[in-house]
Amino acid sequence: MMKGNEAIGEAAIVAGCRCFFGYPITPQNELPEYMARRLPEVGGVFVQAESEVAAINMVYGAAAAGARAMTSSSSPGVSLKQEGISYLSACELPCVVVNMVRGGPGLGGIQPAQSDYFQATRGGGHGDYRTLVYGAASVQELVDLTIEAFDAADRYRNPVLLLADGILGQMMEPAVFPDSPPLPPPAKPWAVTGASGRPRNLINSLILQPDMLEAHNWRLMEKFRQIEEREVRWEEDQLDDAELVVVAYGTTARVVRAALGAARREGLKVGLLRPITLWPFPAQPLRRLKRARAVLTVEMSTGQMVEDVRLAVEGRLPVQFYGRTGGVVPTPREVLARIKEIAGELAQEAGGRK
Amino acid sequence: MKQVFGRPRVLNDVVMHYCPGCHHGVIHRLIGEVVDELGIAERTIGIAPVGCSVLAYNYFNLDFVQAAHGRAPAVATGIKRALPDRVVFTYQGDGDLAAIGTAEVVHAAMRSERITVVFVNNAVFGMTSGQMAPTTLVGQKTTTTPWGRDARVHGHPLRVAEMLAALYGPAYIARVSVHTPAQVMKAKKCLEKAFRTQLEDRGFSMVEFVSNCPTNWGLSPLDSVRWLEENMLKYYPLGEFKLPEEVA
Repeated sequence: MMKGNEAIGEAAIVAGCRCFFGYPITPQNELPEYMARRLPEVGGVFVQAESEVAAINMVYGAAAAGARAMTSSSSPGVSLKQEGISYLSACELPCVVVNMVRGGPGLGGIQPAQSDYFQATRGGGHGDYRTLVYGAASVQELVDLTIEAFDAADRYRNPVLLLADGILGQMMEPAVFPDSPPLPPPAKPWAVTGASGRPRNLINSLILQPDMLEAHNWRLMEKFRQIEEREVRWEEDQLDDAELVVVAYGTTARVVRAALGAARREGLKVGLLRPITLWPFPAQPLRRLKRARAVLTVEMSTGQMVEDVRLAVEGRLPVQFYGRTGGVVPTPREVLARIKEIAGELAQEAGGRK
Repeated sequence: MKQVFGRPRVLNDVVMHYCPGCHHGVIHRLIGEVVDELGIAERTIGIAPVGCSVLAYNYFNLDFVQAAHGRAPAVATGIKRALPDRVVFTYQGDGDLAAIGTAEVVHAAMRSERITVVFVNNAVFGMTSGQMAPTTLVGQKTTTTPWGRDARVHGHPLRVAEMLAALYGPAYIARVSVHTPAQVMKAKKCLEKAFRTQLEDRGFSMVEFVSNCPTNWGLSPLDSVRWLEENMLKYYPLGEFKLPEEVA
């Protein structure tokens, strides 16, 4: 049994992360605290930075030097990291950034939220870029996705984001850790390590000629297209005969799963699509639904992922939304009520057609 | 025939973009000479700032990273902590280091990161065309202080060397200039001490160069040197503000 925040830390160490730069903010503090204890034991480096801005720039430096580097924060702090994430992506530097999302905007609250979905899935900082974004729904998945995040970051030389919230960060669940990452970290001949026996290396994102910057951006976009093709991940639960498909990720997916059981017991044909990658968004399963007559998106926000759901179904199905925000977690009862409401409307509609 | 003078090995044979009379070129050369003489080129990593000297990465044949505005000391921290046996230096102007990057340099100094900061203070934002910097002198005209810096509106200029020397962390802090041949020689000695401070693992080191900006000061190169001597050096006295015992 392990706390989610600490499980991320141990998984990062298994993945070969030896540089962690943190800054306190609730609800992720157990992660930097864990790294402060554990990293020195494995010959790693923990630095508590003066700000989230400094922490992400320390990550930028360590990643430029070829290390597997990580930082974590929560929503207001992740806003501050966006400058650095843009530079990391522009310079094609790998790193992992954890966001234990809390209610916003502004200082907001400290309770669970999913209101950073837009920020996470649209790049977040300035310029044309994307980051691979995972949304975990259990402590075991935090472990697995952390290890995969380092792997994917190195493979695509791009920052990877891991999103969860205070519930997942602080809950204790059993978790199994592999002994080593599935792949050894790749060689990084581009890293700045001192130009010894090779031409010097340069890590830079200043490209003053528009045609060259345009070419650079299209090359990055080609990489993002590959990520879209290869890395999209989701979980399906009883979608085959579902007339109503609920889309939810992270903590909200757990709530929906509880509501789903109750709905099925009442004979309602409801299924769940749980995106595991938030970007790239799993549009494919929504495009090949056969029996579905409506989609319901449930989020802890005023409606962000629902826009990706609408883009995916392209108007072929009505898309409903149910959201709680500001740190309020929806209950299975609330979700079940909304499911029944929509199921009722569908039945009425079917009756009307007869 | 014995060659007694030439371009430092780590300086590339390229035309620099700096304006005529600007001191960046001299300061680059001094870094090149010190890196050559210490024999550390193959394990040195430089960090370029945002500002006039952003293109420094084109002039040094060294591994280089370009950092976001003001963040060079944090980037240097990341590199040095990942690779503690390398030599890491930042090259930063006063807009970069003393305005947007104040927190980063103060905390790198406080932690006594084993890095060397080369700080070039010419009392204006140069690349963005001469706006007021935190280091702009009271009364000095800039594009954002068209009637001269008014201390009641913008306060008094920041003395970075004195500020950092007041901290426990730094090992070596000096302020130098390169406006006369004698000062160039002194500046080189200080720069060498700063790099030696890092090589001997004594702590954070910074050399502040009181520099010029003929273009944005609206002066000829020669007049800019006179102005520097008569105005800058009064407010920014030269000297060593902090020394580790053995380096002193």
